[in-house]
Amino acid sequence: MKLSSSVLDLDCAAEVARISSRMVDILAQHQRRRGVIVALSGGVDSSVCAALAVRALGPKRVYGLVLPEKDSKPSSKELAQRVAGQLSISYSIEDIAPTLEAIGCYRWRDEAIRRVFPNYADGWKSKIAISGGTEGRINFFKLIVQSPDGEVHVTRLPIHEYLQIVAATNYKQRIRKTVEYFHADRMNYAVIGTPNRLEYDQGFFVKNGDGAADIKPIAHLYKTQVYALARYLGLPEEVCSAMPTTDTYSLQQGQDEFYFSLPFDRMDIALWAHNHGIPAAELAAYLGIDPASGEHIYSDIESKRRATRYLHARPALVGPVEEVGD
Amino acid sequence: MADTKNRVRTFIAENFLMGANAAKVSDADSFQDLHILDSTGFLELVSFLEQEFSIRVKDEEMIPENLDSLDNIDSYLERKLHAG
Repeated sequence: MKLSSSVLDLDCAAEVARISSRMVDILAQHQRRRGVIVALSGGVDSSVCAALAVRALGPKRVYGLVLPEKDSKPSSKELAQRVAGQLSISYSIEDIAPTLEAIGCYRWRDEAIRRVFPNYADGWKSKIAISGGTEGRINFFKLIVQSPDGEVHVTRLPIHEYLQIVAATNYKQRIRKTVEYFHADRMNYAVIGTPNRLEYDQGFFVKNGDGAADIKPIAHLYKTQVYALARYLGLPEEVCSAMPTTDTYSLQQGQDEFYFSLPFDRMDIALWAHNHGIPAAELAAYLGIDPASGEHIYSDIESKRRATRYLHARPALVGPVEEVGD
Repeated sequence: MADTKNRVRTFIAENFLMGANAAKVSDADSFQDLHILDSTGFLELVSFLEQEFSIRVKDEEMIPENLDSLDNIDSYLERKLHAG
């Protein structure tokens, strides 16, 4: 099979019909829930999931949640509301910043940052970026901070500070999921998870945070295909054309710089090629990079799969409990 | 340096292998290939090396050739500690 951008072409009408049918089946036959909760970030994944849910169940059985916090871009909330409005679904806005403040999310994160940059204070911004793996080096993370007057400082994150920053920011995804399940429980609804295939495959989610869900309607779709569905479903142009960001750190951060090391469209092709046994040299030629980099990309994909296998795993039992299939 | 390898081997055995397979790791075995260290594990290893041997591992030195086996670490530390 020859590599080209058309390998990710999708029959959108057929796919929407298939996903709709499966969602109804899963909800009615298996989970016995009356509708679904979707947390809307304004991004393409959650917007497409909400639109698919409306196609499957009708707007009355889809409830949206807009859950901003201190570091969210204001435009995210506006876009999420616009999507909810376009889909005619009921939704509520719940600012989770006070909860995150109370639980120490920002405090723990900033304490770790200050161990590396002692001058880091209110008004400063930060983000972390991955480095290394696709160049054949060992993956590590850099901390990037920006002072109020715009001065940028960068350094490699030592392990304890890296773990503490990630653990603190993971509170954001976990608190959001807690809110989603509250509404799901009170409405007898199921919770939608919105990872796309790249995120699901490569472990780009928080355990018991955005990784937790009852249904994941787009986990089998490459990000490129999710964008195609967004256009097919008539979502706002800003949703259809926005670049993937994490909207988690105070400095704007692309998903590629945080975790994937390649822009999503090239990462999609790399993942597809790896899944279909395309030689690394052919991927490299297609991407216009040297053959060694092609090998490193495949090796990095496998390395992330291994390192994040535990995120997908059920709890390990020490002894079997066959009565419930464990 | 036998002492260097032993100190690193002990660190890896105590922190990653939990004693289970410690004896089976040879000096030339790749930590990546044997799935002993993932990327977080390498960061812990780097932190250990910096504290234990009072060195600073540069970003560009974070490569398998320097860190991915006891032999590689030994050669890397030899160069690092005897550099001018």
